[in-house]
Amino acid sequence: MSSQTTERREESNTPAGGATGALDASPSASANQTRQSPAIEEDRETLVKIFHQLLLIRRFEEKCAESYSLGKIGGFCHLYIGQEAVGVGAISALRDDDFVLTSYRDHGQAIAKGISPEAVMAELYGKAGGCSKGKGGSMHLFDKRVNFLGGHAIVGGQIPLATGVAFATKYQETDQVTLCFFGEAAVNQGSFHESLNMAQLWKLPCIYICENNQYGMGTSLARAMSLQNVAQKACAYELASEFVDGMDVLAMRQATLRAVKRAREEYLPTLIEARTYRYMGHSMSDPGNYRTRAEIEKHQERDPIKVFTATLKENAILTDKDISDIEAQVKEEVERAVRFAEESPEPEASELYKDVYANPLN
Amino acid sequence: MAVMTMRDALNLALREELARDGSVFLMGEEVAEYQGAYKVTRGLLDEFGPKRVIDTPITELGFAGLGVGAAMAGLRPIVEFMTFNFSILATDQIINSAAKMLYMSGGQFKIPIVFRGPGGSAYQVSSQHSQALESWYAYFPGLKVVMPSTPADAKGLLKSAIRDDDPVIFIEQERMYGVKGEVPEDENFTIPLGVAEVKREGTDATIVARSLMVPVALKAAEELAKDGVSCEVIDPRTIRPLDINAIVESVKKTNRVVIAEESHPFAGVGAEISAEINERAFDYLDAPVKRVSGADLPMPYAKNLERMAVPDVEQVIAAVREVSYL
Repeated sequence: MSSQTTERREESNTPAGGATGALDASPSASANQTRQSPAIEEDRETLVKIFHQLLLIRRFEEKCAESYSLGKIGGFCHLYIGQEAVGVGAISALRDDDFVLTSYRDHGQAIAKGISPEAVMAELYGKAGGCSKGKGGSMHLFDKRVNFLGGHAIVGGQIPLATGVAFATKYQETDQVTLCFFGEAAVNQGSFHESLNMAQLWKLPCIYICENNQYGMGTSLARAMSLQNVAQKACAYELASEFVDGMDVLAMRQATLRAVKRAREEYLPTLIEARTYRYMGHSMSDPGNYRTRAEIEKHQERDPIKVFTATLKENAILTDKDISDIEAQVKEEVERAVRFAEESPEPEASELYKDVYANPLN
Repeated sequence: MAVMTMRDALNLALREELARDGSVFLMGEEVAEYQGAYKVTRGLLDEFGPKRVIDTPITELGFAGLGVGAAMAGLRPIVEFMTFNFSILATDQIINSAAKMLYMSGGQFKIPIVFRGPGGSAYQVSSQHSQALESWYAYFPGLKVVMPSTPADAKGLLKSAIRDDDPVIFIEQERMYGVKGEVPEDENFTIPLGVAEVKREGTDATIVARSLMVPVALKAAEELAKDGVSCEVIDPRTIRPLDINAIVESVKKTNRVVIAEESHPFAGVGAEISAEINERAFDYLDAPVKRVSGADLPMPYAKNLERMAVPDVEQVIAAVREVSYL
């Protein structure tokens, strides 16, 4: 099975100098480059749903930033702002009975997969109404009913887990597939390599989506990775791969649909590298001194919501009125989520020792 | 009842549980075509096929995590570590995934997985291949840790471990795979986890021993009996959760305790048992609790040095005499 690295490769593997250390095609090149948005294959209902999800996640995450600053959310809070198209686009390609696993930057994927904003916000608030009953927090969102299997805080830890979920569905002889999201920094972990090797060796229906936001916390891709081309690494495992513009939600969706087909029909894995960018720091505790305002603003020119809105308007899918209606709806949904979180009680003291074991003994 | 080796008792347990429940499967290095590095999985590939008995690449972190993920999705994996020394590579998945998944998901995802294989010393396999890691794993809430010392215990406990819905660390002992004993043939025979067994009744001193040290303790007890010292040998069988009540009942009877273990003393299981006896049975003690542990150093290769590093019958006898003020 030969691997396919399509579309863009890195122009050069030498790190950019200067304060940012960020590797990208140079700003002028990316501005001039015609990024081919895929032709629309989706019906209006799907497109509107996708748009709504992008906006909902954006506003939800903005509200999280606010709530965190007010001390309502504790610990670590890793926001998805800027990366929404990756999660929404990919998950839109799934059936309800497919599985998703991701890292600690999980709010966006959790909502896209179907956890209610109320249950997510309550979890962030550490309340009993949270999707993990307040026992997990921001990094450990789980919901068995919508097949969202976490929320994992060790970089790369979710990759063997997702591989195992795919193993199980194949063993059980279903055609379910598993999506595994992780950042480009996780690609340097041994768990990534071990998992992809087994997935191809055993033909497991797992789709590995690398959200390359170009920074592992404060360390740019250039400073962490010798071969700065994640999709290309699939060739080490004879595994199919694709590079995608992660700011383009339809490109993301359609790449994932291709991978889903391969997994469902042939039990073969795919590695998708989605080039994206986060606007906020690694977490709410990160001032982000390792990159410039100018760099962030450059990426915001291709903001996924901005890009998709333009696409929808150009194709007469949504009018300005439709958009502002959806904005209003999203605002209400987010406020409802916050109200629910505020009103939800703290976990009972008796919850402390519950669920350490499924079969408690003695 | 049949007489069989520890190895065959384990093999039978695996065979019975694979037959009983289609969601049980086994994976590890050399478990299938090689018939198992220690032959514990002999014949299983032929009987159950390559879907249920799987040879893995040498990729402990990966296949341990794969097992945990498979458990999240409803299967019941048995993951063999060729020895528990190699499990160290997999500890992120055992500790951060398996042990914590149920709790941090608010009770949604149980992990009915068994990690099994030999632990502790073998013969001259040196420092990286001789480690007793039970206290490491017993440290973590969310894991269960089991250590059989007889073929019957091995069979009964392994079946229970496989049927248990939590992650179980099942530590066998390479030196003991050939030990023979009576094993009930009933395929419904199981031994509950968390229950200790008095291997020999006595009145003057309690020896708490596990795994390799059980036969050592029994021999020591036999010798001491000749001098009129009656030892009770109690085998916890499950390290976590520990059947401390059974141990305390014995202490109340004898008032003197020796703990025999091949693991290092510092922060070991013996230290935990000693602390718990102190907390619960202090007034019943006529002497401090004494530990006989493996030497506090990496296992040397030379035959004579290795012999010095593992507790023997003489050391256990001396310890009993010490707590008996004899």
